[in-house]
Amino acid sequence: MPKTAALLPLAGASLLLTGPAAAQDAEPGFSIDATLSAIMEPVTTPFVSFIFAPLPGTELPWIVLWLITAAAIFTVYFGFVQFRLVGHAIQLVRGQYTSPDAAGEVTHFQALATAVSGTVGLGNIAGVAVAVSIGGPGATFWMILAGLLGMASKFTECTLGVKYREEYPDGRVSGGPMHYLRKGMAELGYAKLGRFLAVLFAIFCVFASWGGGNMFQANQAHAQLVVITGGEESFLNGRGWITGVVMAIIVFMVIVGGIKSIARVTEKLVPFMGLLYLGAALVIIGVEYDRIGWAVGQIFAGAFTGLGVAGGIVGALIQGLRRATFSNEAGIGSAAIAHAAVQTDHPVTEGFVSMLEPFIDTVVICTATALVITISGVMQQDPATGLYVWDQGLGQIATEGSLSGVELTSAAFGTAIPWFPYVLGLAVVLFAFSTMISWSYYGLKAWLFLFGDSKTSDLFFKVLFCLFVVLGASVSLGAVLDFSDASLFAMGIANIIGLYFLMPVVKREMTGYLAKLRAGKIPRYH
Amino acid sequence: MATEIFVVAYDGHDRSVVDYAVVRAKASGAALHIVHVLQWSPYSFLTAEELDERKMRRRQELERARTTLLDPLVAEISAEGVTVDCEIRFGAPTEIILAVAEHQKAAMIFVGRTGRGPVQNKIFGSVTLGLAQVARIPTVIVP
Repeated sequence: MPKTAALLPLAGASLLLTGPAAAQDAEPGFSIDATLSAIMEPVTTPFVSFIFAPLPGTELPWIVLWLITAAAIFTVYFGFVQFRLVGHAIQLVRGQYTSPDAAGEVTHFQALATAVSGTVGLGNIAGVAVAVSIGGPGATFWMILAGLLGMASKFTECTLGVKYREEYPDGRVSGGPMHYLRKGMAELGYAKLGRFLAVLFAIFCVFASWGGGNMFQANQAHAQLVVITGGEESFLNGRGWITGVVMAIIVFMVIVGGIKSIARVTEKLVPFMGLLYLGAALVIIGVEYDRIGWAVGQIFAGAFTGLGVAGGIVGALIQGLRRATFSNEAGIGSAAIAHAAVQTDHPVTEGFVSMLEPFIDTVVICTATALVITISGVMQQDPATGLYVWDQGLGQIATEGSLSGVELTSAAFGTAIPWFPYVLGLAVVLFAFSTMISWSYYGLKAWLFLFGDSKTSDLFFKVLFCLFVVLGASVSLGAVLDFSDASLFAMGIANIIGLYFLMPVVKREMTGYLAKLRAGKIPRYH
Repeated sequence: MATEIFVVAYDGHDRSVVDYAVVRAKASGAALHIVHVLQWSPYSFLTAEELDERKMRRRQELERARTTLLDPLVAEISAEGVTVDCEIRFGAPTEIILAVAEHQKAAMIFVGRTGRGPVQNKIFGSVTLGLAQVARIPTVIVP
C-alpha cells in the first residue's frame, strides 16, 4: 500500500472531532470526546471552518450557496425538468418501458429503492429536528425549496453516472462521480482537470463515508437507544461504546464477513419502516388537523420573518438548505454511485428516475417530520408574543427537557402516540444501519479508486469503517455533526465543478431521448 | 399435422415431471419444450453492491442453469429419440410458464406437484396451484 494510504486514516481520524469538546456521552473518568478533541482539533477546525466559511458580510456558508446555486442553474438549464418529466419518471419506475428481455437485470425501481434507502435515514429524522429547532418552522419552507431544486442536481449527476459507468468484462458495473469526472472531462479535452476532480471527490467521499455515512448514524442510533431504554436512567447512557461495538460487529459481519442476509433483511425492513414512519406522521397531522393551518402559517411566517428565532430569516434559510442538502445529498454525487447500475439503453432515463429521490426524501418525509415537530408544540413559544423562546445555552429553541436532534423528533411523535418512540427507536437503528451499509460501499468505491483494487486495501478500509462506528457512537452530537456535514458537503465541490462542464452532455442525452419518446420510437411494453 | 408441443415446467429438482413428460411425448410423438424459471422480481431490494454485481450474477445464474441442469437433461432426452429444446427465463414462474405455453401454442403443460429445493419448494408449490387455476391449456400435475 502506498504511503499516502497509511497516512489518510490518520487524517480521517483527525477530522473526527470538531466543535465543542463536550463529553456528554462519555463515561466519567474516560472522556473520549475531550481527549480526542484536544488532539485532533488543530487539524479539523481549519477544514470545517473552510467548508462552512460564511460569505463576506453574511452568515450564509458559501458551500450551501454553492449547492443551491448549482441546483437552480440545472433547474433552469434543463427547463424545469423536475416538474415536466416527473410523470415519465413514475412510468419508468413502474417498468412500463422495461423490456421483458431485461428480466433479471437491475430495474429502475431497484436502483431508486437502493438509492433512497441510502439517503432516507437520520437526516430525515434527526437532521430535520436540528433544522427546525435552530432555524424555526420557517426552515421547512427552505428545505422543501432545496428539495425541489435538488431534483435537477440529481437528474444531472445520475444521468452522467450511468453514461460514464465502467462495465467490466465479468459483468460488474461501477459508476459515479469518480468515473464521470475522469472519463467525461477527458472527452471534453480536460483530462488532467477531470482526474484531479475525481481524486478530490474520492478523498472527500471516503471522509464522508466515515462521517455522515457512519459516525452520525451510529451517534444518533445510540441517542435513540438511550431514550427508549430509560433516558438518563438507561444503562446505555454514557456508554456509547456499547452501542458502537454491537453495531460495528454487525456491520463487520455484513461488509467483511459477507453475510448478505443481514443486509437483505434490513433492505426489506427499511421501506416498511419508512412507510410506518410516514404513516405515523400523517396520523399525528390528521389528529391535530385543526392545527395544520396554523403550522403551515408558522412555516411561511418563519420563512420570511424568522419568528424571533436567532438568525431570523437567514437562520431559517441556512438551516433549511443545509439540512435538506445533508438529507437528500443532491449535488453531492453519492447517489450517482447507486443509480449507475441500472439496465437501460438511455442513461437519461435513470436521471429522470433519480429525481424522485429528493422528492421522497425531502419534500415528503422531511416535511412530514417538520410538521409533526411544529404541530406537537415541543418547541416552546412565548404565549404573549407567539415568538419562540431561545435557549442560549443549547443554541436552539427551548424545548422541554432540553431535547435536540433525534430525541426531539421522538418526543414530538410521543406527544400524540406515546408508544411511538419505541418504533422510532427501531426505525432509527435500521435507517442508521442501512445508511452505513450503503456508505461503506460508496466509501469503499472511492477508497479503491484512490489506492487501487487490492484485497488488502479493501479489507483495510472495511476494518477502519467499523472502528468509526464505535467512535461515532461514543462522541457528542456537535462534534460528529460538524465533521459529518463538512465532509459530505466537500464532495459537492469537485462534483459540481464537473457537472457544470458536463451539463451540455446531459442536455444532448435528454433532447435526443425526448425526441425519440415523442416520435414513439421508445418501445413501451406495459 | 404439426407436431404437438408439451411445455414442461422444470424447477431443477423434480425429475419425475420430466420423466413423465418424456413417456407421454414418446407415446404421442410430441416435442418437449422445457422451461426453467429463475425466480426474480423487478421490485426486490438489493444493496448497492448487489446492484453493481447484478449483471455478473445474472450471467452466472444463466450459465449455471444451462450447464449443470438443462444441457445434460436435453442431451439425455434427445438420446431417447424425443425432440426437445429448452429455455431459461427470469421472473415469476406462473406467469412465465403460461406465457411460454401460449407462445409455443403448447398442447399441454406438465408441472410437478412440489419442488424440492428450499426456496423452490415454497414457490413451486404455489406455481402448481396457480397453473391449475388459471392455465387455459390442459395442465398435467405430476406427483
